[in-house]
Amino acid sequence: MLKSSIGRKFLMALSGLFLIVFLTQHFIINITSVFPDDGKTFNALSHFMGNNLIVQFVLQPVLILGVMVHFSLGIYLEIQNQRSRQVSYVKRSINNGASWASRNMIISGLVILSFLIMHFYDFWVPEIMYKYVDHNPLDEHRYFHELQVKFQELFRVVIYCVSFILLALHLLHGFSSSMQSMGITKGPIKLVSTLFAVIIPAGFIFIAIFHYI
Amino acid sequence: MKLNLKIWRQKNNKTKGKIQDYILDGVEEDMSFLEMLDFLNNKLLNEGGEPVAFDHDCREGICGSCSLFINGVAHGPERGTTTCQLHMRKFKDGDTIFIEPFRSRAFPVIKDLIVDRSSFDRIQQAGAYVSVNTSGNTQDANAIPVSKEDADEAFNSATCIGCGACVASCKNSSAMLFTAAKISQYSLLPQGKVERKQRALNMVKQMDLEGFGACTNTGACEAQCPKEISIKNIARMNREYLMANIKK
Ligand code: FES
Repeated sequence: MLKSSIGRKFLMALSGLFLIVFLTQHFIINITSVFPDDGKTFNALSHFMGNNLIVQFVLQPVLILGVMVHFSLGIYLEIQNQRSRQVSYVKRSINNGASWASRNMIISGLVILSFLIMHFYDFWVPEIMYKYVDHNPLDEHRYFHELQVKFQELFRVVIYCVSFILLALHLLHGFSSSMQSMGITKGPIKLVSTLFAVIIPAGFIFIAIFHYI
Repeated sequence: MKLNLKIWRQKNNKTKGKIQDYILDGVEEDMSFLEMLDFLNNKLLNEGGEPVAFDHDCREGICGSCSLFINGVAHGPERGTTTCQLHMRKFKDGDTIFIEPFRSRAFPVIKDLIVDRSSFDRIQQAGAYVSVNTSGNTQDANAIPVSKEDADEAFNSATCIGCGACVASCKNSSAMLFTAAKISQYSLLPQGKVERKQRALNMVKQMDLEGFGACTNTGACEAQCPKEISIKNIARMNREYLMANIKK
């Protein structure tokens, strides 16, 4: 089944929805960093996520696999789709009735991928080094401080904002598109996906700016 | 009116084509787009030139032959209209009009504006039918009750004329709207439900074999379809196909 166009669409949708669930969870934790409790809740949740065995050794690898499946399949499908029209039109309407977001998933996707690589390098690699390579003592209170330090740099905040705007565009099409790919058309899909695509990225941008100022 | 036509000319599918310019004077606004091309061809023949080859048959929007990409849009600027039903009143004196064939790897150009759409025939042959015993005691189809909702939906899907505008408009040149319309048309009706699994599996397999791209749900097909077939059909096809795989 996964060799068929619909099977691949389904896998693309499934991995995308999985990443949406992860994004929601990530957002819920991050938003606690703006709570007026000096990072207490944020530290507690981050410590749990960083030290729980199931999160670390089951969910984390699944997440990495999900990311890899989504972007490698996305790039593969894009190349294959490009090949299905060998002679291009001399004149072609700019959109043919389709939105920018839907026509440029590869562009928004590649920006998000670059952001993810930077984000991994920024947060995930130092964390793994701290815990598993340097074997530092577990300090339950360091997370909030580390976050505040990172967001003091303007260039990082700018990259964050730009990436999250593209994430919003990616989600704007991707969320409802994944439903369509799975054959689901009932319910307020467009409304829910639009709200999600606006609220979550806007929330992340708010967090970054909040810590910068 | 006087038009500046930029028409794709290509001798056959072995040679490379190019856009050629024609100035055409005397076009009347109540001519259909195809009549305008007839008018051009008459002029070319009178001048000893080679007429522009283009596909057409019914000229009333039901056969799906007239596949032209006009000014960057399949079937031209009017929504829900085939090329043969498009009239020159939609254009202005002095307009430049690009006319190209529908482009997809699975629609090779035969000559000028004519493309080979037999890939669509093969997709239909893979499953767009019901196997009925026609030995003489065939049950009257009207004897089987069908809900109004299903009948209407099936009829909407059945209005697909197989012109290929969905493929031509899609950035991935995907044939999913066409295939989905054909699958839906049958799977919604009791007579078609019997073979629904095989139909979905075989038609999708054939569609993939023909070299069309994969749908990314941009909705360009639905926007440019002259019969305004909804992309909900694609979701239905996805369901049919996924279920057919699960319950093989
Ligand atoms: S010629 Fe038959 S649909 Fe246009």
